[in-house]
Amino acid sequence: MLTNIIVNGLVSGGIYAVLAVGFSLIFGVAKILNMAHTAFYMLTAYLVFACTSLGGLSLPVALFIAIVATTILGMLCFRFLFDRIKHHETAVMIISVAVALLLQEILLLIFGGHYRGVPPFARGFLEVFGIRLAYQQLIAIAATGVILVGLWILLEKTRLGNSIRAVAQDREIANLMGINVSRIFLIVMGISVALAGLAGAVVAPLYVVGPTMWMQPLTIVLAAVVLGGLGSVGGCVLGALILGFVESIVVFTIPAGAFLQGTFSLGIMVLVLMVRPEGLFGVVFEEERL
Amino acid sequence: MIYFNLFFGWIKQEIFAIPGRVIALVFFLLLIALPLVTQDPFYLRVFTLALIFAIFAASWDVLSGFTGQLNLGHALFFGVSAYTAGLLNIHLQYSPWVTIPCGAVIAVSVGLFAGIPALRLRGFYLGLVTLTFPLILLGILFAFPNFTGGELGVSGISRVSSSAVVNYYTAMVVFTVSVMIMWKFTDAKSKLLRTGIILHAIREDEITARASGINTTYYKFMAFALSGFFAGIAGGLYVHYMRIAGPQTLDLFFSFQAILWTIFGGIATIYGPVAGVFILYPLLEFLNLTAWGELLRQIIFAVLLIVALMFMPEGITVWILDKIEVKCPRCKVVNVFYRKKCRACRAPLHLVRESAHQYNKGEV
Repeated sequence: MLTNIIVNGLVSGGIYAVLAVGFSLIFGVAKILNMAHTAFYMLTAYLVFACTSLGGLSLPVALFIAIVATTILGMLCFRFLFDRIKHHETAVMIISVAVALLLQEILLLIFGGHYRGVPPFARGFLEVFGIRLAYQQLIAIAATGVILVGLWILLEKTRLGNSIRAVAQDREIANLMGINVSRIFLIVMGISVALAGLAGAVVAPLYVVGPTMWMQPLTIVLAAVVLGGLGSVGGCVLGALILGFVESIVVFTIPAGAFLQGTFSLGIMVLVLMVRPEGLFGVVFEEERL
Repeated sequence: MIYFNLFFGWIKQEIFAIPGRVIALVFFLLLIALPLVTQDPFYLRVFTLALIFAIFAASWDVLSGFTGQLNLGHALFFGVSAYTAGLLNIHLQYSPWVTIPCGAVIAVSVGLFAGIPALRLRGFYLGLVTLTFPLILLGILFAFPNFTGGELGVSGISRVSSSAVVNYYTAMVVFTVSVMIMWKFTDAKSKLLRTGIILHAIREDEITARASGINTTYYKFMAFALSGFFAGIAGGLYVHYMRIAGPQTLDLFFSFQAILWTIFGGIATIYGPVAGVFILYPLLEFLNLTAWGELLRQIIFAVLLIVALMFMPEGITVWILDKIEVKCPRCKVVNVFYRKKCRACRAPLHLVRESAHQYNKGEV
């Protein structure tokens, strides 16, 4: 059971982490609360399903097509919807809800309401201490690790990452230093949606694919981002891992745990915020302090 | 006779001269007249629910629009009250006249509890915390299906009255009274209450408000309690109209629904959410009647919302009032858009429009 808890916690925590980092990036840089974030993740899962099961394409091609298509769609959304009314922050949030709804309904219309399954990348399992670990779970853990490290390198070690962090810290000063702020916004939106797409591609063979699969991760991602502290990438990852482990502990140890997993993780988030309002690693700016 | 003349003069000055108020009056008369025109149960049902949801959306506007305490989990108040009223009615056989106030009182206490994070958090942080409350409760409800009915909810609740027309008028009276109270409470120009201007001050700059000697904690809790109360009233009415208290009343999307209606109609105006509900909700229900509409209704809803917000990010009522009303630059009296001179002080009005036009085009 302990191994189960650890593996499941790592898988779901890792996926939440990838989603939460993308969500937090676009919020931290452009102050957009993108409720359609997990809808993009759902779209990728569906595209992978469509390409492999219906289109008969090979897996790498399907993954490539799905992620690229989602990223382009996300950037178009940003360019033609969010960017136009970025001064009305609540209106942007509502538009992102509408986009999520639109994606959900279009997918429902095309694929119907059935739950779909995607064949795993690699069949079989590994036996460690008498416990079966599916290759798919190991692939998911490895993939999320690689993605997160890659993102860290991008943000910390490259010129682009420098400008992204500069824009996140102070938009106007960054603009004065010759950084093209609107281009950075577009790029960050692309990265953020691509991260959601990667998470969706990893998830597709593990969980069932359905038109409402965006709702549950959305709440957990929001919780993880707030728990870690908005705008702090490391905090997000830690928050997501905590929530992933809490979920898997609750599911495996408490009766009726499947219903209570959300309750426990959200409850933990609320408790942490009561003690530390800015989240675990959040930074409070002087003008935002109450 | 002289009183009649005075009254008519007052009506002419205060209502017929101001387009926004004419629209409000016509809307109110249409609401009263609806059961006289049609007794069709479908139309009555759609508009009764629209009245209930309008209270709900307006109560969100009091809290988030006026006070600026972003609440993304407003369904909490609605759902708590719905379940309280439903359970009291089922297990203790209390009549709706008792259960609805009980539900509202419970919603107020929940509102005060939900207000605690608002003391330390603000903006999207507060929104994300409040968003989780209904979901936490939903998990608890699902974990105890014997008491709460689990996925199916509590059903078999009695109605306010067996007649659809009486139900409609009950909802309408409650709607009118609630909206009037919320409007007066949040009206910044009110000479009766100071709350409106204080809530605006808290939204604009809380630190300055506190520095001016306003007990912001007290007023924030007051906004949470009032908003919870009216959302609770709406929840109780809903449960006694639909006869079922289900988990959909606590749904994440139901919380967003209130925000969608309010932003579409116009935030920080009490008439905005009402207009939003009365435009969007019946439209979607009527789309449901056609075969293609049933399939495409959510898509149409989403596209409509996106298009409306792209062109009217401040809401449809603000956009329309901006087009049909012009404020006199000298005496601040509201005029109809086609007047050349102010009706009170004769100041020329076309200059206002031209300068506004230039300003919008970025020429100034």
